[in-house]
Amino acid sequence: MTAIAVQPLKSQFKPLRLVRHSLELTKRSLIKTWRTPEALIDVTVQPALFLVIFVYIFGGAIAGGTHEYLQFLMPGILAQTVAMGAISIGVNLNNDLEKGIFDRFRSLPIARSAPLIGAVLGDVVRYVIVTISTFAFAYLMGFRIHASPLHAIAGCLLAVLFGVCLSWALVFVGMLVRTSGAVQGIGFLVIMPLTFASNVFVGTFTLPGWMQGFVKVNPLTHLVQSMRGLFLGTPVGNHVWWTLGWCAAFVIVFMPLALAAYRKKV
Amino acid sequence: MTDVMVEAEGLVKRFGETRALQGVDLAVPRGTVHGVLGPNGAGKTTAVRILSTLLRPDAGQARIAGFDVVRDAEKVRSRIGLTGQYASVDEDLTGRQNLVLFGTLLDLRKSAAKHRAKELLEWFDLTEAADRPAKTYSGGMRRRLDLAASLVGRPDVIFLDEPTTGLDPSKREDMWQVVRTLVRDGSTVLLTTQYLEEAEALADEITVIDHGRVIANDTPEQLKRIVGGQTLEVRPADPADLEKTGLILASVATNQKPAEMTRKGVLAVPVSGDEALTESVARLATAGIVVTELSMHLPSLDEVFFTLTGRKDTEGNHK
Repeated sequence: MTAIAVQPLKSQFKPLRLVRHSLELTKRSLIKTWRTPEALIDVTVQPALFLVIFVYIFGGAIAGGTHEYLQFLMPGILAQTVAMGAISIGVNLNNDLEKGIFDRFRSLPIARSAPLIGAVLGDVVRYVIVTISTFAFAYLMGFRIHASPLHAIAGCLLAVLFGVCLSWALVFVGMLVRTSGAVQGIGFLVIMPLTFASNVFVGTFTLPGWMQGFVKVNPLTHLVQSMRGLFLGTPVGNHVWWTLGWCAAFVIVFMPLALAAYRKKV
Repeated sequence: MTDVMVEAEGLVKRFGETRALQGVDLAVPRGTVHGVLGPNGAGKTTAVRILSTLLRPDAGQARIAGFDVVRDAEKVRSRIGLTGQYASVDEDLTGRQNLVLFGTLLDLRKSAAKHRAKELLEWFDLTEAADRPAKTYSGGMRRRLDLAASLVGRPDVIFLDEPTTGLDPSKREDMWQVVRTLVRDGSTVLLTTQYLEEAEALADEITVIDHGRVIANDTPEQLKRIVGGQTLEVRPADPADLEKTGLILASVATNQKPAEMTRKGVLAVPVSGDEALTESVARLATAGIVVTELSMHLPSLDEVFFTLTGRKDTEGNHK
């Protein structure tokens, strides 16, 4: 071993260090995703499955034709898969905490939040894959964009952003409960009603009045309505703003809660 | 600069009803190896987790290189390396990726992190396996990678929590050699172990803990004296010589204790110094007794505990 008296160190400026450490840990997440592609099933096969089931089974009954329903449903399925995809980060982190690598992170002079931020940022790639695979499959089934490519891309970015922000809620659940099975259960219990009590599958106006109240504030409704507008060229209204508001709320509320629960857990 | 690198006073930690630590004191001078010895569940790991800032003590305080483990946790973390039953590496990453990751997290420049990783992989004989995921490594390789990971930042203080548990004896010897090298290069090592032999081989000083309390704190030599030193065992080739052998052994034994038959055809006496071995060999030769087996044994951990606590049962019933 050669002893180097002074090692070349990077800047010690605190906020910069947090960003740098988080990005290094994001890279770690990406390597893990790359090594275990089977963990991407929920974001690749699942949207295709849902599209086929709903379009061909319910399309005729709901929209009077499969093609019309596909146009209506595709943004909804994308939103649903993004929301369900967020469950897996809670499950994964809950599992990871039991492993020695988190003890190692805690014994390093890095911010406690860096491993969590790294994991959430690493999941961006999952949401991008969801978006691409849902688009590709829907395209094969006959879905067509009726807006400018820039609008469509903005819609996709909105979905990815939504997934990343919603992740913090599931990270919080992942830090809170003891087993990863429980994270899965709770995640499903929260996300499932959110996706069905929304405009993902049917128009809001078809629902009973008491339910419409909930549907109208449901973050998924706003995301889906935004994407429909951005993909199909229909009016977007203020749904994009509502979606961004919800995204901000998820981060502002759940990120500190998740970090506090993480600190408490150790 | 302080010369006591690890310092703990009255550490207390409870987990619900279980009192894992009930007032543990420790002091480890710079450049030494300190062994923390105890059975499963004695509180060794809890003590290490507190000293390495992973747990907060309920009472008491601890300082590493002069920095408080609670108030100055970040400063402590930049001076320690932790290898344990728990602190490990990412199994999906390769050995090299792990070491580079820890280097960059320690604020090394990318080139320096890569260089350091290469250096450590070579030192720990992992160069060939460097680009395979860590989950494909054998037990011994994993231990070496875990240890390498804790050395990336050239820590002043290294915690080794049961570094050789589950390793076969030849691998254990390799690990000991690494520890000796680290100390020679100026590191301070705190090592927990269940093996008296390991503490004996490495430690300048040993703290014995049981049920969360320090029950002895001394140099290995002193500790052995408390326990009653070593055991000399002899098997004469001809069973007819047993009686004569017994008399010779008794003459070199501590307080001239009579020899006992520990196994069929084997006589044993407690002895206090290494001279007893030479002495007995000389006398056996003079008496013309041929022996097929002759050995010195350190007291086992069981015996240490029996002597220190008066209890035979060393199995802790808490974690």
